Amino acid sequence: MKKKLLAVLLTVTMVTTMLVGCGSKKNDSKNTITTDTKPVTTDNTDTTKTDDAATDTTETVATPEEGKILNIYCWNDEFQRRMKDHYPGYEEVDATTGKIGDVTVKWNITPSDDNAYQNNLDETLLKQKDASQDNKIDLFLIEADYALKYVDTEYTMPVSDLGITEADLSKQYQYTKDIVTDANGQIKGVSWQGCPGVLIYRRSIAKDVFGTDEINKIQEKLANWDAFSTAAQEVKDKGYYMLSGYDDAYRVFSNNVSSKWVVDGKINIDDSIKTWVEQTKEFTDKGYNNKTSLWSSDWSTGFTPEGKVFCYFGPAWFVDFTLGGKGTDGDWYATKGPQGFFWGGTWICGATGTDNQSLIKDIILKLTTDDTIMKDIVVKDNDFVNNTTVMDAMSTDSTYASAVLGESNPLGTYAAGAGSIDLSNISPYDQGCTEEFQGAMKDYFDGNATYDEALQNFYSLITVKYPELSY
Amino acid sequence: MNKVEAKKVKKGKVVRYNKWGYIFLVPFVVTYLVFQLVPMVSTIFNSFFENYRSGLTQIGPNFVGLDNYKSLLGNSDVWKYLKNTAIMWIMGFIPQILLALLLANWFSNVRLKLKGLGFFKTVIYLPNLIMASAFAMLFFALFSDNGPVNAILINMGVISEPYRFMSHVWSTRGLVAFMNFLMWFGNTTILLMAGIMGIDMNLFEAAEVDGAKPTKVFTLITLPLLRPILIYVVITSLIGGIQMFDVPQILTSGSGAPVNSSMTLIMYLNKHLFSKNYGMGGAMSVLLFFITGILSVIVFKITSKKED
Repeated sequence: MKKKLLAVLLTVTMVTTMLVGCGSKKNDSKNTITTDTKPVTTDNTDTTKTDDAATDTTETVATPEEGKILNIYCWNDEFQRRMKDHYPGYEEVDATTGKIGDVTVKWNITPSDDNAYQNNLDETLLKQKDASQDNKIDLFLIEADYALKYVDTEYTMPVSDLGITEADLSKQYQYTKDIVTDANGQIKGVSWQGCPGVLIYRRSIAKDVFGTDEINKIQEKLANWDAFSTAAQEVKDKGYYMLSGYDDAYRVFSNNVSSKWVVDGKINIDDSIKTWVEQTKEFTDKGYNNKTSLWSSDWSTGFTPEGKVFCYFGPAWFVDFTLGGKGTDGDWYATKGPQGFFWGGTWICGATGTDNQSLIKDIILKLTTDDTIMKDIVVKDNDFVNNTTVMDAMSTDSTYASAVLGESNPLGTYAAGAGSIDLSNISPYDQGCTEEFQGAMKDYFDGNATYDEALQNFYSLITVKYPELSY
Repeated sequence: MNKVEAKKVKKGKVVRYNKWGYIFLVPFVVTYLVFQLVPMVSTIFNSFFENYRSGLTQIGPNFVGLDNYKSLLGNSDVWKYLKNTAIMWIMGFIPQILLALLLANWFSNVRLKLKGLGFFKTVIYLPNLIMASAFAMLFFALFSDNGPVNAILINMGVISEPYRFMSHVWSTRGLVAFMNFLMWFGNTTILLMAGIMGIDMNLFEAAEVDGAKPTKVFTLITLPLLRPILIYVVITSLIGGIQMFDVPQILTSGSGAPVNSSMTLIMYLNKHLFSKNYGMGGAMSVLLFFITGILSVIVFKITSKKED
């Protein structure tokens, strides 16, 4: 009997501790709720608040006294490297600090995995009003997939408030401005790069399969999706894979959609996305791809000397940041491929409430509009910069060559695609929809679920991510 | 007279000790109130509200009554994830308890005169010291499509092309179960050993004198007397199983792939964190509480029936 009592006691303690497991999270949730509601209520009190901020701005610009600490939030070291290499007067102190004159630059780098970057950024932005000047975010970076989430809020400053004029940005590609234009027509961020995508193919495999690696001849073979499929069969017959995995061609289709992911609060799957599903299923069943998922280590084995993947779709940053330095530099060429698209891109945003407005203005102007610096970025980092003048000149410049892309000049190919990018169908839900859709469809491609089952899984997961949506 | 006085003195002393008893209890009660009761009540409270974030905009909290529960229970997903959790727990727990019983019996058997007992006890407990997420990362790398396990199997000629462990329902579930088994069988063994050593040695000796075989001793003496500890082991493991999270979360990168077949209840709860959905999260937690409570009662009833 005593032992029975003991067992009951132990059970009770275990059950209560179990409750704590679910409970403690809720406790701090309660705290965040109370702090959260503050900015929201001020949100509702209307735009007069932002106007105030705007007048504040002009005042602070006039006074030379600015904050001594510049807090930058970003998810990798790409921007940090651009600052280090190209911003005049930037000195690196250590991995997370730098100096510009007497201003200390503090880098807060949180990787994007599992949404960690945005979670961190959101929490800090929501507390921005109550934070001390030195702890406020001054500058943060956003990506195309979730740009609207930040652009359409008052947490991001219109660049005109920073003193950047339309004329300053006149050389930039129109799409890079469209993406960060809010509902009132204000531009809220500026990018130094353009991300028109190209098809990047492995020269050695091209020679083996098609007997040539000449860009014109290969482009002919890949000019449209039918030709692409035919070519894929030839590639497969030689024991190679046309694409690395399921998601490789996704961007090419998702950028050519004719409707948004969400229409009137309902999830909408565009025909172009459906075409991607059909094509990828067909490619998988026929063995044209290596069945990997984007960004996995298996996916990137195609970059290595042992890789058997014929081509990848990607923009300029992909070439140097992802593909380069894996032992196959020089064995790649870029061509237009079956369809134009764009992928990614990073925008610099000023955070409302910053005390370093003139510095932010200078960083933006130097890194995104200064012809000399931008040309330098192209030459040193092989990026495709957001400057039509520089890019048009560089496209025909025979002295420029990309080491990764076999000493060829791919800029003309990129530039041709940059003008035709259409972003009228982006939504604030793109990131979540893309991730969940790719994940759910993987089950269909793997043969673990039918298309309808996979779609149902997508719906049930996306509505957890965005409770306001229906299907 | 003397006796009565003595009694009075004793009584007074007892009362004073009681006071100290309460004082010593204060730290526990305070910690319990702050870290357990308050969060618990606020969780239940939160579950009646619509309260989430859309982008950077906060929605709610608006009182919605039982709507969160309705949409949770009206959705087949929760039951599917409960089933996944149960399957993966059972797949791991059965080998775990069997092996633990066997090892505990061997380790506590003086007749076997096992050498290096301390060493083995330490070794079987070691997997539990590794962080579950690190363990899952390790398995993720080992069993990836181009990973070492596939390489070994191909080299040995067992398979001709890589087996994609993470793309098949049962191999993924199997891996999760296997990891949980590896991590917990040592812990269970030690608990059961403690239980067995608590049994009066005279009983074993008496059984041996009467000529009982080891299997008889095990089924007729060890098992019945081990029952309270067994109940404890089953219930703690059950609760741990319902809360299974880190291993499948890391192994499948949070997706519960393939076809959400390795998505556990807590992973689903975690998904609500993306939108900071405290309403649904609260409802989910309360549901979990009831599921755990009911299952624990059932286990307890079944295992303790015979004693009455």
